[in-house]
Amino acid sequence: MAGTLAEKVWDAHVVRRAEGEPDLLYIDLHLLHEVTSPQAFDGLRLAGRPVRRPDLTLATEDHNVPTTPGPITDPVSKVQVETLRRNCDEFGVRLYPMGDADQGIVHVVGPQLGLTQPGMTVVCGDSHTSTHGAFGALAFGIGTSEVEHVLATQTLPLKPFKTLAVNVRGALPEGVTAKDVVLAVIAKIGTGGGQGYVIEYRGEAIEALSMEARMTVCNMSIEAGARAGMIAPDQTTFDYLKGRPHAPTGADWDAAVADWTALRSDDDAVFDAEVELDAAQLTPFVTWGTNPGQGLPLSESVPDPESFADESDRVAAANALTYMGLEPGTPLRDIKVDTVFVGSCTNGRIEDLRAAAAVVQGHRVADGVRMLVVPGSAKVRLQAESEGLDKVFTDAGAEWRLPGCSMCLGMNPDTLAPGERSASTSNRNFEGRQGKGGRTHLVSPLVAAATAVLGTLSSPADLQTAGGRAPLASATTGEA
Amino acid sequence: MEKFETHTGIGVPLRRSNVDTDQIIPAEYLKRVTRTGFEDGLFAAWRKDESFVLNNPVYAGGSVLVAGPDFGTGSSREHAVWALMNYGFRVVISSRFADIFRGNSGKQGLLTAIVAQDDVELIWKHLENNPGAEITVDLVGRTVSAGEIVAPFEIDDYTRWRLLEGLDDIGLTLRHEDLVTDFESRRPGHKPVTTPV
Repeated sequence: MAGTLAEKVWDAHVVRRAEGEPDLLYIDLHLLHEVTSPQAFDGLRLAGRPVRRPDLTLATEDHNVPTTPGPITDPVSKVQVETLRRNCDEFGVRLYPMGDADQGIVHVVGPQLGLTQPGMTVVCGDSHTSTHGAFGALAFGIGTSEVEHVLATQTLPLKPFKTLAVNVRGALPEGVTAKDVVLAVIAKIGTGGGQGYVIEYRGEAIEALSMEARMTVCNMSIEAGARAGMIAPDQTTFDYLKGRPHAPTGADWDAAVADWTALRSDDDAVFDAEVELDAAQLTPFVTWGTNPGQGLPLSESVPDPESFADESDRVAAANALTYMGLEPGTPLRDIKVDTVFVGSCTNGRIEDLRAAAAVVQGHRVADGVRMLVVPGSAKVRLQAESEGLDKVFTDAGAEWRLPGCSMCLGMNPDTLAPGERSASTSNRNFEGRQGKGGRTHLVSPLVAAATAVLGTLSSPADLQTAGGRAPLASATTGEA
Repeated sequence: MEKFETHTGIGVPLRRSNVDTDQIIPAEYLKRVTRTGFEDGLFAAWRKDESFVLNNPVYAGGSVLVAGPDFGTGSSREHAVWALMNYGFRVVISSRFADIFRGNSGKQGLLTAIVAQDDVELIWKHLENNPGAEITVDLVGRTVSAGEIVAPFEIDDYTRWRLLEGLDDIGLTLRHEDLVTDFESRRPGHKPVTTPV
């Protein structure tokens, strides 16, 4: 029977299937961080159980870590990090702690090491585990009880997902990035549109994306309600993986590529639902509200809540505008920001930093605006520094930080003050997400950088209009 | 998870209905990194009241909580179950439990016995007339006994079976450990490991 990519990966991992029971699925890679793992380890300890496969488990410190030099000062954060260290030591799990050359955001570290590979099942106690689907892996976030289950058994009992194809046809215009694509997808299907589905992103525009750009797209699948997002592996995937520390070598590489090449949805496979997007129509996209589905092209204006047909959308829009301090009809380009954040598991990779650097090069961050640039991992930071990107940012007046989740969520010292407004390359614009009372506009790295220079929501094209220096054409799309 | 067949312990009468999980354990106790040590947060607000039942030394070793209807409503926090178990409770008796709380209890091995409200009233009176009296909960026979009172209780067959066998979700999966091992023997050799390369 014809199958989709997701179904093929699922079927290849069924350990046990019984009538009326969930399938028991094998997990190839289990990633851990300090926030959602402590009670899981404690559960193992109470039951006297070991970690079944420490060699398929990897931990990193990311959510709580400060991005300025020095130790963690918040006592609760400190305890969480120290607990992870103790647990990894006791149960024999490999950990990349703060300061380690391979430390970073869990969803940046896995792919960078070559640990995330096509056809794998990948889980983590973190909803943005969907990122790893960019490699054609079935990757999704789990709760603490499930973390314990995977630690103890390397499996999870799961009910099958439905499949949703998101087809992005044609070519993206210059200056339109993966972030704009996924924000447009979420705006189209809504934050609940993917509920119960695994999304497969398809079409020419997706195939043309680099691996890092594909990760940006899959990362935000969860913001559409889908637990996982996937992209079929191809030559771009193989080229990215080849030579990475944990990628197969020699005959193993050939065997792996042979397996990976078969990982495609069959031509006659039937998806439970399909959505179409015309890439040529897409433009830089920004959010105006308090959920990732409340987004519009940058060229539009803040919507009037009365313009929404659906009652609950109307109420949500009205509440969002009150929280965001915005008036209907205000052009999005007129919105002034206080802070610009470039980083996170969505947009904290080297291509993101290159794209942002190319825009700010030769400019100054606008007066009264602070710009934080936070690499997603220690490796990304070193790479950026070897390319001189740190200098570009600091010369422009931006802050160049140490790797971590940083201002994506208010769990570490990087937060917005109440009422402060940000343009952020992260993934959630929920009320209070970046700090109590903080107001978040989700944007691409290109829009973030241009916004930092002009002080209002802007695209790199606005810099040219404003008489600024044109960005480097090769870096404008965030694609390799 | 320990097997549960019968349990005999001191009954604690909690004459309150709609005991929500915020009352069982307030949010300020949720920052912990363990599943243990939540006993200090159990009913934290009520324990500030000297006349609260758990402040009576006679109930110090209590392990069977007898509560009013709609026990465990509100927030889904698993911490509520941890707090009750950390304190020493093995059984909660009520005429009605919130679904999520009951599910969480089953995962952790806390028995939620559904007893008719008339019988709960009788048990309350018995416990109040005989402070520190014991209650026997027989999961095999599905009965609760206190003094002369013998009352039936309801529990779904699946949860009962899991408790009798001492199987949590992980325990259930480990019953098929041979299948997991077999699957592992068939995994392609090129799949990565996290150990140093």
